[in-house]
Amino acid sequence: MTENYFELFGLAPSFNIELATFENNFRKIQSASHPDRFVTGTAAEKLSAMQLATLANEAYQTLKSPANRAKYLLELQGIKAISETNTAMPTDFLMQQMEWREALEDAKAAKDIVALEQLHAEIQLEGKALHANLVDLLDIKKDYSTATDTTRKLIFIDKVCADINKAIEHLDN
Amino acid sequence: MAYSDKVLDHYENPRNVGTLDKNDPNVGTGMVGAPACGDVMKLMIKVNDAGIIEDAKFKTYGCGSAIASSSLVTEWLKGKTVDEAYAIKNSAIAEELALPPVKIHCSVLAEDAIKAAVADIKAKQLAKASA
Repeated sequence: MTENYFELFGLAPSFNIELATFENNFRKIQSASHPDRFVTGTAAEKLSAMQLATLANEAYQTLKSPANRAKYLLELQGIKAISETNTAMPTDFLMQQMEWREALEDAKAAKDIVALEQLHAEIQLEGKALHANLVDLLDIKKDYSTATDTTRKLIFIDKVCADINKAIEHLDN
Repeated sequence: MAYSDKVLDHYENPRNVGTLDKNDPNVGTGMVGAPACGDVMKLMIKVNDAGIIEDAKFKTYGCGSAIASSSLVTEWLKGKTVDEAYAIKNSAIAEELALPPVKIHCSVLAEDAIKAAVADIKAKQLAKASA
């Protein structure tokens, strides 16, 4: 059994992963563990293929999203980035979140797709900056404490972006 | 997942949504966030000279349980002293709203928002006293 999700895809545990290798190796595992290959196999073979397919799916979903990948890397270091009892975030960051949320509400109420797209672009920019910080913090500096704070911020950013996308889709329909 | 009637009631008719003047020396603001789900909560309390909370307003961006938790606490806070407010436990909020285990963190968020708002008003009062 592989030790972690990165190894499963032949990757070194890092935030900045080689996306082509990641995708290719996932497809290889998917096809190697596909149920069609085990139609005449033993029950044990079918079971182990199914287990591998499930593991690969889980691993793929975890590593594909940058926020989840960072969370997982921190977990490998024994750090739980998300704790339900820790609700403290820097005030200026939460202030910014509130402002974005208010802008989202206003744009939604005004059915203003352009404003929503602008807001999305603005927040994506912030997300990109956090992404670059995480490469530096996790892969180079190994500063896991700051990386934890940055990962938490990225999760908030992803949530707002997802909500904006939902609003845009809703207006498009 | 089904929400309890009380959660639905607060979600559909949230009490005390809005903001107070954050520059008012008698107003304390608490801002908290739940990274687990990306929810953000702002709670503002207005405290009179006797230390009683006269008004409370909230703004929450999050799921129904987070909105209900903050709506409920704004009702509870009015008329309480800041120390009584500080003593409110998330378990009481969760119990009142019959929150399922996966939504307990919403009540934690509300408790932490109260604590942050109380800490803010105390800091303001201290600054006023030493001015």
